[in-house]
Amino acid sequence: MNMLRKAALGTAFAVLSGTTAIAGCGIGAGNVSIIANDFPAIHAITDAAKACEGDGLTITANMTKEHQTLNAPGMSGTPAEYSVAVVANSSIVALLNDGLVRPLDDLIAKYAPDLPNVNKVSVDGKVMAVAFMANAQHLFYRSDVLEKAGVAVPTTYEEVVAAAEAIRAAGIMEYPVALNTGAGWNLAEEFINMYMGTGGELFETGSAVPTIENENGVAALNMLKRLTEYSNPDFLTFDSNATQALWEAGDTALSVMWGSRGAAVLDNEGSSDEIVSTTVLAAAPTLGGGSTPATTLWWDGFTIASNISDEDAAASFQAMMVGISDEVVKANQDAAVWLSPVYEATPASAGVIASAQGGANPYPMLPYVGLMHSALGDNLAEFLQGSESAEQALADVVAAYTTSAKEQGFLQ
Amino acid sequence: MPHRTFFWFILPSALAMLLFIAFPLVSVILQSLHVEHEQILVTSENCGPFGCKQSTSVDVEATALLKDAAPLGRFNGLGTYFDRGHLATAEISAAWSGTDSWGGFFSKVMNLPFYKALAFTLAYTVVVTPLVILLGLAVALGVNGLPKLLKGPTIFISLLPMIVTPLIGSLILYWMIDADGILGKGLQYIFDDPALSLKASPLLTWLTLFTYGVWHGIPFAFVVFYAGLQTVPEETLEAAMVDGASRWERIRYVVIPYMGPLFVFVALIQLMDNFRVFEPIIGFSAQANASSLSTEIYGDLLGDNAQYASAAATSTLTVIGVAILLTPVLIRTWRDFNRKVV
Repeated sequence: MNMLRKAALGTAFAVLSGTTAIAGCGIGAGNVSIIANDFPAIHAITDAAKACEGDGLTITANMTKEHQTLNAPGMSGTPAEYSVAVVANSSIVALLNDGLVRPLDDLIAKYAPDLPNVNKVSVDGKVMAVAFMANAQHLFYRSDVLEKAGVAVPTTYEEVVAAAEAIRAAGIMEYPVALNTGAGWNLAEEFINMYMGTGGELFETGSAVPTIENENGVAALNMLKRLTEYSNPDFLTFDSNATQALWEAGDTALSVMWGSRGAAVLDNEGSSDEIVSTTVLAAAPTLGGGSTPATTLWWDGFTIASNISDEDAAASFQAMMVGISDEVVKANQDAAVWLSPVYEATPASAGVIASAQGGANPYPMLPYVGLMHSALGDNLAEFLQGSESAEQALADVVAAYTTSAKEQGFLQ
Repeated sequence: MPHRTFFWFILPSALAMLLFIAFPLVSVILQSLHVEHEQILVTSENCGPFGCKQSTSVDVEATALLKDAAPLGRFNGLGTYFDRGHLATAEISAAWSGTDSWGGFFSKVMNLPFYKALAFTLAYTVVVTPLVILLGLAVALGVNGLPKLLKGPTIFISLLPMIVTPLIGSLILYWMIDADGILGKGLQYIFDDPALSLKASPLLTWLTLFTYGVWHGIPFAFVVFYAGLQTVPEETLEAAMVDGASRWERIRYVVIPYMGPLFVFVALIQLMDNFRVFEPIIGFSAQANASSLSTEIYGDLLGDNAQYASAAATSTLTVIGVAILLTPVLIRTWRDFNRKVV
């Protein structure tokens, strides 16, 4: 499995032969309607796709942060309102569970026969999505602050804690650490990242039975708690915007943030030269002597609706392939970690690539993982505040998850 | 009015009420009695950009057959209402027999999501409603005593907290109480404590949310009371003055009794609104320290697996909660009504 992953990554970041862009579009007639998240890389894709409009081809895009709550209802009708949904490992699950997206094998064979395997997201041998970019949370550090405190660049979370203590002891910063520990989705993601680093599994293989009540779960929680002791006391409100703001204000020196924030942190806006020039993006640290970076790898990709005509599906697929073509990637190198042969790594993508090469696990694409994520988000804050034990917190998570999994039909 | 005329007269509003109030409520209740079908899981090799893995997915075709057979889902009766996410009867009785002190029992109950949410919701309602009524009346009396020229601008400014969208209002306050914000820094300076944060502890978060609730609620009470003040008869007030009543005595014995029905009205609306508290918890990112029945519903519907049954059950319980809260007020109104008829 490790071999496979390395092979896949090698293909992703280095040696691939090109995906052929469809010159001048030449898509033919059809209706393309895209629902997607709202960030620069996706704007680049939809703008390129929209340029193909004309000759009976209409392309519209609804780009919104609420895409996750809109895509399933919008694809349930016949014909579906949206022909394309841009999703990630987590949000594809809701569409797969209800059979709202179609297998793409025929379309790939016809219109993109050279599509590399790294871009194919398949379930039981059927390609259900085309992935185009990668993301992960990883370490951001300030080289000047570490130097001043006299510590080496940490590669394990134990070293991160030691470095934070050194920075505090040297009187440089009182709260040098920040993670996206805001209660809810963000905190749950931090736990899953940390838990993956311990080598733990969230569920029994092949079933929805949770398996987080163990030493690994306790170890992951304890490490989160040790880190938050070096975080500003407001840490239970931290989302990506908050941690980025702290970083750009120079209040933190060791942060774990999304790779997709890298470009915004390293640009010339919102921060001083001193901070930007000493900011380094590195792999996610490991935990407890393990060798797997304690993070999860994410992809963004597009899916095509089931409930639309084959003509519209063909038009949608081709338009999206234009959107992720080599030209678009070349013109937007900074916008994302593209899964494309023409992508050239930038300093902003160093952390994601290093984490992937270190063998980090992908975020699990399981039908019931969203329920676990919600249960984690609701039940870990009290442990971090010190009003509950780690064992009790994990027991609460399992109880909450079990209740909802039964009502959703995943557990009996 | 002849029955026929009455029927045609009432028909449009009765239809609207059926369509917009009764049907949605019935649909929500129906949904709360059903849970999702059993999901048929299959194991297969799934691949992505980061490699292949044996993984589980839903057998869409087999599950679709189940769904077609019974589109509403599996009938669960009141099962959802009594599960751990809601009334948690089994957990409560286990806590009752498993603990020997009130404190231990209480902390076990407060560990259950529904009761945790109910505790905050009730505390918010009980604290904010009377403060809004009192302060709203105080502002109305103050504005009423202003010279004419100042009244207009003062009324406009006093209404601002209500005009601002609740989410935006709470976000603005949230940034102001940040350790780098003007209020946060100011409090740190006043209390001489550089580590003071209104967001970090449950108690301070609750106080912040209560303060926001009062700030946001006052304008409504103020407008209603201010309008009421304009109708207080001058003659009675003057007669009271002739009798030597002080300003306070005039308010206590003339103005307040005269505006009685308005207090009931504001209390009713505020009780309903405050029991459904939602925006400030989201705006203040206070989910770690405070949850309400509405944020519980929101949490169920958010995320990659929407839990309609659970959300519907919490909604129904919220409706029941509002009904219980309003009962005393409604009984009072009913008595007043009957007295007038006699």
